[in-house]
Amino acid sequence: MTQRLLFLLPVLLFVVVAGYFLWGLSPDRDPQALPSGMIDNPTPNFDLPPVPGLEQPGFASADLGQGEVVMVNFFASWCVPCRAEHPFLTELAEETGVPLYGINHRDKPEDAAAWLEELGNPYSRIGADSGRGAVEWGVSGVPETFILDGEGRIR
Amino acid sequence: MKRLGFLLLLLLAFPVLALPAAALEPDEVLADRVLEQRARDLSQEIRCVVCQNESIDSSNAEIAKELRLLVRERLTAGDSDAQVLDYLVARYGDFVLLRPPMKSSTYLLWFGPAIVLLLGLIGVFFFFRRQSPAALTPAALSAEEEQRLSRLLEDGEGAGGTGGEGKTGRS
Repeated sequence: MTQRLLFLLPVLLFVVVAGYFLWGLSPDRDPQALPSGMIDNPTPNFDLPPVPGLEQPGFASADLGQGEVVMVNFFASWCVPCRAEHPFLTELAEETGVPLYGINHRDKPEDAAAWLEELGNPYSRIGADSGRGAVEWGVSGVPETFILDGEGRIR
Repeated sequence: MKRLGFLLLLLLAFPVLALPAAALEPDEVLADRVLEQRARDLSQEIRCVVCQNESIDSSNAEIAKELRLLVRERLTAGDSDAQVLDYLVARYGDFVLLRPPMKSSTYLLWFGPAIVLLLGLIGVFFFFRRQSPAALTPAALSAEEEQRLSRLLEDGEGAGGTGGEGKTGRS
Protein backbone atom coordinates (compact mmCIF):
# COMPACT_ATOMS: atom_id res chain seq x y z
CA MET A 1 0.00 0.00 0.00
CA THR A 2 2.76 2.43 0.97
CA GLN A 3 4.56 1.41 -2.17
CA ARG A 4 1.60 2.48 -4.24
CA LEU A 5 1.36 5.82 -2.39
CA LEU A 6 5.02 6.40 -3.11
CA PHE A 7 4.30 6.19 -6.83
CA LEU A 8 1.77 8.98 -6.42
CA LEU A 9 4.43 11.29 -4.98
CA PRO A 10 5.93 12.44 -8.32
CA VAL A 11 2.44 13.07 -9.66
CA LEU A 12 1.63 15.15 -6.62
CA LEU A 13 4.90 17.08 -6.98
CA PHE A 14 4.13 17.71 -10.63
CA VAL A 15 0.69 19.04 -9.82
CA VAL A 16 2.10 21.40 -7.17
CA VAL A 17 4.87 22.69 -9.44
CA ALA A 18 2.54 23.01 -12.44
CA GLY A 19 0.04 24.89 -10.30
CA TYR A 20 2.74 27.28 -9.20
CA PHE A 21 3.88 27.89 -12.77
CA LEU A 22 0.31 28.38 -13.92
CA TRP A 23 -0.14 31.01 -11.23
CA GLY A 24 3.10 32.64 -12.33
CA LEU A 25 2.01 32.74 -15.96
CA SER A 26 -1.44 34.08 -15.26
CA PRO A 27 -1.93 37.22 -17.35
CA ASP A 28 -3.78 38.81 -14.43
CA ARG A 29 -0.70 38.72 -12.28
CA ASP A 30 1.59 41.72 -12.38
CA PRO A 31 4.99 40.74 -11.00
CA GLN A 32 5.91 44.41 -10.75
CA ALA A 33 2.89 45.27 -8.65
CA LEU A 34 3.90 46.98 -5.47
CA PRO A 35 1.20 47.40 -2.89
CA SER A 36 1.51 50.76 -1.20
CA GLY A 37 2.61 50.60 2.40
CA MET A 38 0.50 53.67 3.06
CA ILE A 39 -3.00 52.21 2.86
CA ASP A 40 -5.01 52.85 6.05
CA ASN A 41 -2.32 55.18 7.33
CA PRO A 42 -2.97 58.81 8.13
CA THR A 43 -1.70 61.45 5.76
CA PRO A 44 2.04 61.86 5.94
CA ASN A 45 3.62 65.10 7.04
CA PHE A 46 4.24 67.47 4.21
CA ASP A 47 3.90 71.07 3.25
CA LEU A 48 4.10 71.80 -0.45
CA PRO A 49 4.37 75.30 -1.89
CA PRO A 50 2.32 76.25 -4.96
CA VAL A 51 3.85 75.84 -8.40
CA PRO A 52 5.13 79.28 -9.44
CA GLY A 53 3.01 80.66 -12.26
CA LEU A 54 -0.09 78.66 -11.39
CA GLU A 55 -3.06 80.18 -9.59
CA GLN A 56 -3.88 77.04 -7.55
CA PRO A 57 -2.55 77.17 -4.00
CA GLY A 58 -0.20 74.54 -2.62
CA PHE A 59 -1.27 72.37 0.27
CA ALA A 60 -0.04 70.70 3.43
CA SER A 61 -1.08 67.78 5.65
CA ALA A 62 -3.39 70.09 7.58
CA ASP A 63 -5.46 70.74 4.44
CA LEU A 64 -6.43 67.08 4.22
CA GLY A 65 -8.84 65.26 6.47
CA GLN A 66 -11.21 68.21 6.84
CA GLY A 67 -14.24 65.95 6.73
CA GLU A 68 -14.14 65.65 2.97
CA VAL A 69 -13.00 62.88 0.66
CA VAL A 70 -10.11 64.05 -1.48
CA MET A 71 -8.08 62.57 -4.32
CA VAL A 72 -4.37 63.29 -4.40
CA ASN A 73 -2.61 62.67 -7.68
CA PHE A 74 1.14 62.76 -8.29
CA PHE A 75 1.88 63.95 -11.79
CA ALA A 76 4.62 65.47 -13.90
CA SER A 77 4.75 66.95 -17.36
CA TRP A 78 7.55 64.53 -18.31
CA CYS A 79 5.52 61.50 -17.33
CA VAL A 80 3.87 59.74 -20.25
CA PRO A 81 1.35 57.62 -18.30
CA CYS A 82 0.24 60.84 -16.57
CA ARG A 83 -0.76 62.22 -19.94
CA ALA A 84 -2.69 59.03 -20.63
CA GLU A 85 -4.59 59.07 -17.34
CA HIS A 86 -5.24 62.82 -17.39
CA PRO A 87 -8.57 62.74 -19.29
CA PHE A 88 -9.84 60.01 -16.96
CA LEU A 89 -8.91 61.95 -13.84
CA THR A 90 -10.52 65.06 -15.25
CA GLU A 91 -13.73 63.19 -15.95
CA LEU A 92 -13.65 61.51 -12.54
CA ALA A 93 -13.25 64.81 -10.73
CA GLU A 94 -16.03 66.41 -12.76
CA GLU A 95 -18.50 63.54 -12.43
CA THR A 96 -18.00 62.78 -8.76
CA GLY A 97 -17.34 66.30 -7.58
CA VAL A 98 -14.55 64.96 -5.38
CA PRO A 99 -11.80 67.56 -5.19
CA LEU A 100 -8.65 66.53 -6.97
CA TYR A 101 -5.40 67.79 -5.51
CA GLY A 102 -2.28 67.53 -7.60
CA ILE A 103 1.32 67.11 -6.59
CA ASN A 104 3.65 68.19 -9.33
CA HIS A 105 6.62 65.89 -8.96
CA ARG A 106 10.13 66.96 -9.98
CA ASP A 107 8.99 69.28 -12.70
CA LYS A 108 9.87 72.68 -14.09
CA PRO A 109 7.10 75.16 -13.21
CA GLU A 110 6.84 76.43 -16.77
CA ASP A 111 6.61 72.86 -18.13
CA ALA A 112 3.88 72.02 -15.65
CA ALA A 113 1.97 75.19 -16.55
CA ALA A 114 2.24 74.47 -20.27
CA TRP A 115 1.14 70.88 -19.73
CA LEU A 116 -1.96 71.95 -17.80
CA GLU A 117 -2.63 74.66 -20.37
CA GLU A 118 -2.64 72.06 -23.11
CA LEU A 119 -4.61 69.30 -21.40
CA GLY A 120 -6.82 71.28 -19.05
CA ASN A 121 -6.49 71.68 -15.33
CA PRO A 122 -8.77 69.54 -13.14
CA TYR A 123 -6.82 70.25 -9.93
CA SER A 124 -8.17 72.52 -7.24
CA ARG A 125 -4.84 72.66 -5.46
CA ILE A 126 -1.38 71.92 -6.78
CA GLY A 127 1.71 71.48 -4.68
CA ALA A 128 5.22 71.54 -6.08
CA ASP A 129 7.35 68.62 -4.95
CA SER A 130 11.10 68.55 -5.43
CA GLY A 131 11.29 64.88 -4.49
CA ARG A 132 10.88 64.60 -0.74
CA GLY A 133 7.09 64.79 -0.93
CA ALA A 134 7.03 61.58 -2.93
CA VAL A 135 9.13 59.83 -0.30
CA GLU A 136 6.80 60.99 2.45
CA TRP A 137 3.91 59.47 0.53
CA GLY A 138 5.81 56.29 -0.27
CA VAL A 139 5.61 57.01 -3.97
CA SER A 140 8.24 55.31 -6.09
CA GLY A 141 7.13 56.64 -9.46
CA VAL A 142 4.55 58.86 -11.09
CA PRO A 143 1.67 58.69 -11.65
CA GLU A 144 0.18 57.56 -8.37
CA THR A 145 -3.16 58.55 -6.92
CA PHE A 146 -4.41 58.33 -3.35
CA ILE A 147 -7.94 58.59 -2.07
CA LEU A 148 -8.27 60.06 1.40
CA ASP A 149 -11.30 59.83 3.62
CA GLY A 150 -12.68 62.68 5.67
CA GLU A 151 -10.29 61.94 8.50
CA GLY A 152 -7.30 62.12 6.21
CA ARG A 153 -6.72 58.39 6.13
CA ILE A 154 -5.38 56.90 2.93
CA ARG A 155 -7.81 54.34 1.52
CA MET B 1 56.33 55.15 -15.79
CA LYS B 2 56.78 51.41 -15.97
CA ARG B 3 55.74 51.20 -12.39
CA LEU B 4 52.57 53.14 -13.06
CA GLY B 5 51.71 50.80 -15.90
CA PHE B 6 52.22 47.86 -13.60
CA LEU B 7 49.93 49.38 -11.00
CA LEU B 8 47.29 49.98 -13.62
CA LEU B 9 47.54 46.39 -14.73
CA LEU B 10 47.20 45.31 -11.14
CA LEU B 11 44.06 47.40 -10.77
CA LEU B 12 42.66 45.89 -13.94
CA ALA B 13 43.39 42.44 -12.61
CA PHE B 14 41.53 43.17 -9.39
CA PRO B 15 38.54 45.28 -10.38
CA VAL B 16 37.09 44.88 -6.91
CA LEU B 17 39.96 46.92 -5.51
CA ALA B 18 39.55 49.58 -8.14
CA LEU B 19 35.94 50.57 -7.60
CA PRO B 20 33.95 50.87 -4.44
CA ALA B 21 30.82 50.98 -6.59
CA ALA B 22 28.79 53.78 -5.13
CA ALA B 23 26.56 56.30 -6.81
CA LEU B 24 27.11 58.66 -3.93
CA GLU B 25 27.84 62.20 -5.02
CA PRO B 26 30.34 64.35 -3.17
CA ASP B 27 27.77 66.93 -2.09
CA GLU B 28 25.77 64.24 -0.33
CA VAL B 29 28.57 63.13 1.95
CA LEU B 30 28.23 64.13 5.59
CA ALA B 31 31.06 65.92 7.34
CA ASP B 32 30.74 63.62 10.35
CA ARG B 33 32.63 60.49 9.32
CA VAL B 34 30.95 58.22 11.85
CA LEU B 35 27.49 59.27 10.71
CA GLU B 36 28.56 59.01 7.09
CA GLN B 37 29.76 55.45 7.63
CA ARG B 38 26.46 54.57 9.27
CA ALA B 39 24.63 56.16 6.34
CA ARG B 40 26.70 54.14 3.88
CA ASP B 41 26.05 50.89 5.75
CA LEU B 42 22.33 51.62 5.92
CA SER B 43 22.17 52.63 2.28
CA GLN B 44 23.45 49.21 1.30
CA GLU B 45 20.50 47.62 3.07
CA ILE B 46 17.89 49.76 1.33
CA ARG B 47 16.46 48.88 -2.03
CA CYS B 48 16.13 51.50 -4.70
CA VAL B 49 12.41 50.86 -5.19
CA VAL B 50 12.38 51.52 -8.92
CA CYS B 51 15.46 49.45 -9.75
CA GLN B 52 14.21 46.05 -8.54
CA ASN B 53 17.49 44.79 -7.12
CA GLU B 54 19.95 47.52 -6.44
CA SER B 55 20.73 49.29 -3.21
CA ILE B 56 20.29 53.03 -3.02
CA ASP B 57 24.00 53.16 -2.37
CA SER B 58 24.81 51.95 -5.87
CA SER B 59 21.89 53.34 -7.84
CA ASN B 60 21.91 56.53 -9.86
CA ALA B 61 18.13 56.83 -9.93
CA GLU B 62 16.70 60.08 -8.65
CA ILE B 63 14.68 58.40 -5.98
CA ALA B 64 17.81 56.62 -4.74
CA LYS B 65 19.52 59.98 -4.37
CA GLU B 66 16.48 61.34 -2.57
CA LEU B 67 16.50 58.38 -0.19
CA ARG B 68 20.24 58.70 0.42
CA LEU B 69 19.73 62.30 1.39
CA LEU B 70 16.81 61.34 3.58
CA VAL B 71 18.81 58.64 5.38
CA ARG B 72 21.54 61.18 6.12
CA GLU B 73 19.03 63.78 7.23
CA ARG B 74 17.40 61.43 9.67
CA LEU B 75 20.69 60.17 11.04
CA THR B 76 21.83 63.73 11.57
CA ALA B 77 18.55 64.41 13.35
CA GLY B 78 19.49 61.67 15.79
CA ASP B 79 17.48 58.67 14.53
CA SER B 80 18.80 55.20 15.19
CA ASP B 81 19.45 52.87 12.25
CA ALA B 82 16.30 50.93 13.10
CA GLN B 83 14.22 54.11 13.18
CA VAL B 84 15.40 55.06 9.72
CA LEU B 85 14.51 51.63 8.36
CA ASP B 86 11.12 51.71 10.10
CA TYR B 87 10.43 55.07 8.56
CA LEU B 88 11.08 53.70 5.09
CA VAL B 89 9.21 50.44 5.66
CA ALA B 90 6.15 52.42 6.79
CA ARG B 91 6.15 54.12 3.40
CA TYR B 92 7.41 51.54 0.95
CA GLY B 93 6.70 48.27 2.75
CA ASP B 94 9.19 45.45 3.32
CA PHE B 95 10.12 45.68 -0.37
CA VAL B 96 12.42 48.55 0.48
CA LEU B 97 14.62 46.25 2.56
CA LEU B 98 17.13 44.24 0.57
CA ARG B 99 17.22 41.61 3.33
CA PRO B 100 13.68 40.41 3.98
CA PRO B 101 12.72 40.44 7.65
CA MET B 102 11.96 37.19 9.47
CA LYS B 103 8.22 36.96 10.10
CA SER B 104 5.37 34.55 9.59
CA SER B 105 4.81 35.55 5.97
CA THR B 106 8.46 35.03 5.10
CA TYR B 107 9.13 31.75 6.93
CA LEU B 108 8.77 29.83 3.67
CA LEU B 109 11.30 32.15 2.07
CA TRP B 110 13.81 31.73 4.88
CA PHE B 111 13.33 28.04 5.61
CA GLY B 112 12.25 26.81 2.16
CA PRO B 113 15.78 25.93 1.03
CA ALA B 114 16.48 24.08 4.27
CA ILE B 115 13.21 22.15 3.91
CA VAL B 116 14.04 21.19 0.33
CA LEU B 117 17.52 20.08 1.45
CA LEU B 118 15.98 18.02 4.24
CA LEU B 119 13.57 16.34 1.83
CA GLY B 120 16.49 15.59 -0.46
CA LEU B 121 18.51 14.07 2.39
CA ILE B 122 15.55 11.91 3.38
CA GLY B 123 15.25 10.75 -0.23
CA VAL B 124 18.96 9.94 -0.38
CA PHE B 125 18.75 8.09 2.92
CA PHE B 126 15.94 5.85 1.69
CA PHE B 127 17.65 5.34 -1.65
CA PHE B 128 20.84 4.07 -0.07
CA ARG B 129 19.07 2.09 2.59
CA ARG B 130 17.29 0.11 -0.08
CA GLN B 131 20.64 -0.66 -1.73
CA SER B 132 22.51 -1.56 1.46
CA PRO B 133 23.97 -5.13 1.68
CA ALA B 134 21.64 -5.94 4.53
CA ALA B 135 18.64 -5.28 2.33
CA LEU B 136 20.18 -7.21 -0.57
CA THR B 137 20.92 -10.38 1.46
CA PRO B 138 18.04 -12.74 0.88
CA ALA B 139 16.11 -13.98 3.85
CA ALA B 140 17.16 -17.31 5.37
CA LEU B 141 15.50 -20.40 3.94
CA SER B 142 12.42 -21.64 5.67
CA ALA B 143 12.32 -25.19 7.11
CA GLU B 144 10.26 -26.37 4.13
CA GLU B 145 12.72 -24.92 1.64
CA GLU B 146 15.60 -26.43 3.61
CA GLN B 147 14.04 -29.84 3.28
CA ARG B 148 13.43 -29.43 -0.43
CA LEU B 149 16.98 -28.32 -0.96
CA SER B 150 18.49 -31.29 0.85
CA ARG B 151 16.18 -33.60 -1.08
CA LEU B 152 17.28 -32.10 -4.36
CA LEU B 153 20.91 -32.35 -3.38
CA GLU B 154 20.50 -36.00 -2.42
CA ASP B 155 18.68 -36.72 -5.67
CA GLY B 156 21.47 -35.11 -7.66
CA GLU B 157 24.09 -37.22 -5.94
CA GLY B 158 21.99 -40.33 -6.36
CA ALA B 159 21.69 -39.77 -10.16
CA GLY B 160 25.44 -40.08 -10.26
CA GLY B 161 28.02 -37.40 -10.18
CA THR B 162 27.68 -33.76 -11.01
CA GLY B 163 24.68 -31.51 -10.90
CA GLY B 164 25.30 -30.57 -14.53
CA GLU B 165 23.98 -33.83 -15.80
CA GLY B 166 20.73 -33.31 -14.01
CA LYS B 167 19.94 -30.54 -16.49
CA THR B 168 20.03 -32.72 -19.54
CA GLY B 169 18.65 -35.70 -17.78
CA ARG B 170 15.14 -34.40 -18.03
CA SER B 171 14.65 -34.10 -21.73
